[in-house]
Amino acid sequence: MSWLTNFSKPKISTRKKRGVSASVWAKCPACGDLIYDQDLVPNLYVCGACGHHLRWPLKERLAAWFDKGLYTEIPVPHMPDDPLQFKDRKRYKDRLKEARKATGREDAFVVASGEVGGNPCVVVALDFDFMAGSMSRAVGEAVVVAAQAAQAAKTPLLAVTASGGARMQESVFSLMQMARTTAALADLREAGVPYIVMLADPTTGGVTASFAMLGDVTLAEPGALIGFAGPRVIAQTIGGTLPEGFQRAEYLKEHGMVDAVVARGAQKTTIARLISLLG
Amino acid sequence: MHYLEFEKPLLEMTERITALRTALGKGEVGAEKDMEKEVARLTVKQARVARLLYRNLDAAQKVQVARHPGRPQGDDYISALLKDFVPLAGDRRFGEDKAILAGIGLWQGTHKVAVVATRKGKTTTQRLERNFGMPKPEGYRTAMRVFDLANRFGLPIITLVDTPGAYPGIEAEERGQAEAIAASMSKLLDVNVPVITIITGEGGSGGALALAVADEVLMLEHAVYSVISPEGCAAILWKEANKETIPQAASALKLTAQDLEKLGLIDGLIKEPVGGAHRDESLTITRVGDTVSRTLLRLKGKSSKENRRKKFLALGHG
Repeated sequence: MSWLTNFSKPKISTRKKRGVSASVWAKCPACGDLIYDQDLVPNLYVCGACGHHLRWPLKERLAAWFDKGLYTEIPVPHMPDDPLQFKDRKRYKDRLKEARKATGREDAFVVASGEVGGNPCVVVALDFDFMAGSMSRAVGEAVVVAAQAAQAAKTPLLAVTASGGARMQESVFSLMQMARTTAALADLREAGVPYIVMLADPTTGGVTASFAMLGDVTLAEPGALIGFAGPRVIAQTIGGTLPEGFQRAEYLKEHGMVDAVVARGAQKTTIARLISLLG
Repeated sequence: MHYLEFEKPLLEMTERITALRTALGKGEVGAEKDMEKEVARLTVKQARVARLLYRNLDAAQKVQVARHPGRPQGDDYISALLKDFVPLAGDRRFGEDKAILAGIGLWQGTHKVAVVATRKGKTTTQRLERNFGMPKPEGYRTAMRVFDLANRFGLPIITLVDTPGAYPGIEAEERGQAEAIAASMSKLLDVNVPVITIITGEGGSGGALALAVADEVLMLEHAVYSVISPEGCAAILWKEANKETIPQAASALKLTAQDLEKLGLIDGLIKEPVGGAHRDESLTITRVGDTVSRTLLRLKGKSSKENRRKKFLALGHG
């Protein structure tokens, strides 16, 4: 081995300045109003001026939904990384490493159990911050584990979806998660366990076309983008512009595709009611 | 016949053969014997070149073959393989989708089956009214209605899949394209009759999988099955879809039937005639017909929704 190949890069960590100089003020992407950072959490990431629902960090969401912010994470067996040794301009392994470092998560999900309004339930939630919440084998496994845990405990299952769709780097392995999750939910349905979905911004592609659209009850967050094909692809296909509000939660409700659009402030109560009525 | 770019050597030989034949036909005196010899030589050589070319297709070339307009399509299989075929159209909810052909009949004149096929179309008019083989929600809901019917009357389900994907359009979204795909998969995991899928050309993502949750998923030798088209993948991950990035994406996606069989994601291959399905439509159709008949016999009494669910729960797991 020559000294050239034996050379390992010095590991100097550069601390990101985030937190110090990062904006104390967030800007509402809808109305441009300035939102004080510290108001975001108590306001459930909703703009006080226009009611726009900003993307809600998963940790905050779970803390707000579960009673007293308490929940237990259900471990999901680790899936071997990178089944195809995929490399585009970057190696998939490196992308995974970065996403893990940035989010502190193994992959784009959390599976947890706890109580919502005194009703036990299992939650599987996707984390859009991890490679756009894309469906990897690990994400599919998380949904399966969650469904089986709910089935075993006979407690309702709640899914929160936020995903760009397939994890392209896992190709057909990713595609097959649509069928896998559907199979797990078919078993859950037969066992008579309720399954509730909260569609968050954005939910598209293979996630929408599988477990996100198989709920006994389907809820959506205000303004969330929800669809199968992305708006850009559709605009390209039809060679024209898209209607106002197209693929937004309210638009889906108008077209009969979701049961209710539920604002953040009312979500916990709605979920608790549904669980206690159906469970 | 439409020649693909990599088939150029075959085209050149065909042109030379045609030219020689024309000259022979004109009865130009002198070199007939030599010309006939040359035609025979070229014909043999062409077959050899075709065999060689098709033995070593790369992923991007496979994609071209899978999309070849001369490949047999759903309609061709159904009209050749189903006796007493009765088409069943419409979803009873919204409309008919011309990208889907469904019905019941006797497979190779023997087995009662329900069939659902995607249809790309051959003429421009057909292609347009069938959206180039991209089903809309009403198409998937028609399929589901036929799956239900098959389940109630104990008919095995055969799906023939060749689609770029589900149609990405405004109305399709408004009518719940995602829900239709999810529900169709779910339905195929609920039926208690055998389900067999043949991917005959393009297996385009969720739009294909919606019809391919089967006990036995088989692919034609040069068919492809992918989560996204190589063009789409290149545009997103390589930031640009061009002559260099598209083949790279195609190869990285492991979308060929051979790759997928190795990965354990499909159950088997059906060999195509030398030079691809478009070179011998009837032989291709016969092979598909025979394979399905054999599979039907093998699955008889052995398939259940529980087994199918188990299969898909385990698929792509390890």
